[in-house]
Amino acid sequence: MEKPLLSVRNLTIDIPVGGGTLHAVRGIDFDLNRGETLCIVGESGSGKSLTSLAVMGLLSKTIRRTADRMDFDGTDLTRATPRTMRALRGARMAMIFQEPMTSLNPAYTIGDQLTEALLLHKPVGREAARARAIELLEKVGITAAESRLSQYPHQLSGGLRQRVMIAMALMCEPELIIADEPTTALDVTIQAQILRLLYDLGREMNMAMILITHDLGVVARVADKVAVMYAGELVETGPAAEVFNMPSHPYTRGLLRCIPLPGKTERGSKLGTIPGIVPSLVGDVQGCAFRTRCSYAEAACHGDIPRQGSGGHAFRCIHEDGNRHFEEAIA
Amino acid sequence: MAHTNINDPLLQEITGPTPGQMLRRRILGHQGLLIGAVVMAILLIVAIFAPLLAPHDPYAQSLMHRMEPPVFLGGTWDHPLGTDHLGRDYLSRLIYGARVSLMIGTIAALISGVIGTAMGVAAGYFGGRVDMVVTFLINVRLAMPVVLVALAVVAIMGGSLQVVIAVLGLLLWDRFAVVMRASTLQVRRREYVAAAQAIGASTPRVILSEMMPNIANNLIVVVTLEMAHAILLEAALSFLGLGVQPPTPSWGLMVSEGKNMMLFEPWLVLIPGAVLFLLVLAINLMGDGLRDVTAPENRS
Amino acid sequence: MLTFILKRLGLAVLVAFTVSFISFSLLFLAGDPAAALAGETASGEDIETLRRLYGFDRPMLVQYGDWLFSALRGDFGESYYFRLPVASLIAERLSVTMILGACGISFALLTAVPLGVAAAIRPNSIIDRVALFLSVAGQAMPSFWFGLILIVVFAIKLGWLPPSGASSAQHFIMPTIVLGYYAMPAIMRLTRAGMLDVLSSDYIRTARAKGAPEGRILFRHALRNAIIPVVSLAAVQMGFMLGGSIVVESIFALHGAGYLAWESIARNDLPTVQALILVFSMFYIVFTFLADVLNAWLDPRMRSS
Repeated sequence: MEKPLLSVRNLTIDIPVGGGTLHAVRGIDFDLNRGETLCIVGESGSGKSLTSLAVMGLLSKTIRRTADRMDFDGTDLTRATPRTMRALRGARMAMIFQEPMTSLNPAYTIGDQLTEALLLHKPVGREAARARAIELLEKVGITAAESRLSQYPHQLSGGLRQRVMIAMALMCEPELIIADEPTTALDVTIQAQILRLLYDLGREMNMAMILITHDLGVVARVADKVAVMYAGELVETGPAAEVFNMPSHPYTRGLLRCIPLPGKTERGSKLGTIPGIVPSLVGDVQGCAFRTRCSYAEAACHGDIPRQGSGGHAFRCIHEDGNRHFEEAIA
Repeated sequence: MAHTNINDPLLQEITGPTPGQMLRRRILGHQGLLIGAVVMAILLIVAIFAPLLAPHDPYAQSLMHRMEPPVFLGGTWDHPLGTDHLGRDYLSRLIYGARVSLMIGTIAALISGVIGTAMGVAAGYFGGRVDMVVTFLINVRLAMPVVLVALAVVAIMGGSLQVVIAVLGLLLWDRFAVVMRASTLQVRRREYVAAAQAIGASTPRVILSEMMPNIANNLIVVVTLEMAHAILLEAALSFLGLGVQPPTPSWGLMVSEGKNMMLFEPWLVLIPGAVLFLLVLAINLMGDGLRDVTAPENRS
Repeated sequence: MLTFILKRLGLAVLVAFTVSFISFSLLFLAGDPAAALAGETASGEDIETLRRLYGFDRPMLVQYGDWLFSALRGDFGESYYFRLPVASLIAERLSVTMILGACGISFALLTAVPLGVAAAIRPNSIIDRVALFLSVAGQAMPSFWFGLILIVVFAIKLGWLPPSGASSAQHFIMPTIVLGYYAMPAIMRLTRAGMLDVLSSDYIRTARAKGAPEGRILFRHALRNAIIPVVSLAAVQMGFMLGGSIVVESIFALHGAGYLAWESIARNDLPTVQALILVFSMFYIVFTFLADVLNAWLDPRMRSS
């Protein structure tokens, strides 16, 4: 089997807060092969963004990151010096952020900001960098690309800015691209366009992509692999088709009930909700974090939670199949 | 079934401290604010009870006891901080000087506060032409060299306490106007103001009972800043000999009078300047502290 | 961009006129120029004669128009005390004040901006606390007192620097510090706050994600944006410094425009005072205008609006 491009084992992120420690991410494992798209889904605060920032080495200094293993194409990211990380960032791994309105520096032209990463990492001249910038702007569907180079961010709409951000991330042809909810700040009509663009470009350039989203509709269309996060834990992970067809963790099933699926959801039927709220992660966190909202919770959920499942499809629950049979019986 | 979660943030919100308790906690936890307030309170008490606290008459001259050193430089306890070039008790003059500084600071800040707040709130609330005129006036005022204009007017009209207060009060309204205009603009767009207007509240009512409480914290901060500003300016004017006139005990004037003997008796300059520094420092610490404590981002 | 400059220029001219009118009427209402001109020993009759001779009996608006018209041609009248044209008197003294002002603002910027940046990089560190302490103490320090202390320590006790005068560069060291320290706290605080704000912004994270080195992030990406409000503040502070030069020049006996102002006020020399108020406010107006233009150049958002 092919060696994965990115391999993460037991990633843990702790944030010191007022009176203690916020265990924001606890023991995450995942692998990502070249050209593959991994979607991390979960609600706000589940640790999706922190996980991606941890891979990029962009967590703020006060946040503590530990991992048994974080391997990017043979480079051990847990021990990488700031210098090594800088050489990787922008060149071999790039990131697209949530907020296109504020993620571009207001003081510099689009051209300056597009060419910056290329000039920093590759031995190319200004002219070549400009040419590359124009090429990519055209590729992300921006018309009059050349004249855009001398424009400033405030002169562009949100959708255009996000296209610029995508072009910027692609400048050095990275092997890994992380997109953190790249479309949440945009109009609904633009969202689909941008995602399609990102997906097509990823395929075209054979890039591995981590797409962070809470939109399961998107996941269903683009993901090769899915990772479902809840309150800092990876509750279920596996090939997209398997997770969608056999959602095993009660939380995954709850999430899927919340979205209408064409052909599956009947007209006029009620969409599901997950009652309750996410627990606080400050202090010692034991057992399954979802137990406060889970209808199958029992005393054993306070203890160690076994890892279940076979092959690539895994989930954490004390129930053998996450009580899926129970729901299927009712249905 | 679902287990109750004691870490539930909703539960904590219900049982948590009230806004009042939190404010008190923040005030007591803010060192700068506490230090400033204590020093300020002491100086205020000294100023109010000056006649009771001063060991001597601050105007009584004695040619026999000129420039006696303070007790820590070998002087006597009869004049703990020594005497000046006319033999007047330095401690008593300092104590009465606190009155002058605080009175000038308070009244000048009040006058300029009323002018500036009225202008700023009007500009922010009505906008349009009113705003244009006020903004223009602020620009004009900022372009006037305060020290020079104040010096010239005080010099021509005579340096009485009233003139100095009036001149400073009429000159220092700019920051009030700038800050109050900005705060009003901010608050004006809030829903509760629209709600008050919608139920037909009169303009003064909207401004006074809906908007003022929400911009008052900014106002208090500017009051402290301008008080400090006025006190420093008075001292500078008096130091230049064109502010409060002798024999009034003003700290700036005392530094000026001590200046000629500075070479031999540096304490004549050091003591009044240090007290002035202390007062202004206390006021600034209070202002900074109030800003920190009442800042909306700390209210969560 | 051009319309922006023209608009600001128009406003600047209007402000200058208003300032001159207000200062003229203030001094007109406050004092009797004829009495000042005649001196303390003059009789009432002499004063009356002078009043008619110089046209002080005319309505104020007429006198103001007269003064303004001459002023526009560079004629500010004759000094009562020096018996010299005010314009040349001021021109002669202005160079000292301008040197002092340039040194003062440079000193303030060169100390306050690095300190503010350093404090923002590591909030709550030792350097941040020192910077905060310096700014709080600096704001409360009366400048005349600070100046006298410097004289006592560095001129009298240590004998390192000359206590007064303007004949060498050394003479400007203490006045520069006294004039400059006053602007420091505000500039330092604004730099620190601006840097803190910018450093936590999304576009700094973008720059990091590109693999930009830390120095490039701090200076090219962050400071470039954080410095924009500092430019405006520095211009305002420069205007205030001219006022401060009155105090500083009188302490260190620097014969500049500030010293001239002090002398003229003490001697009731109204034409000189009048002209100085106008000149000082013109400086302020020019500084803030230049700062606006500079800001429009630094901030693309302002440029296009």
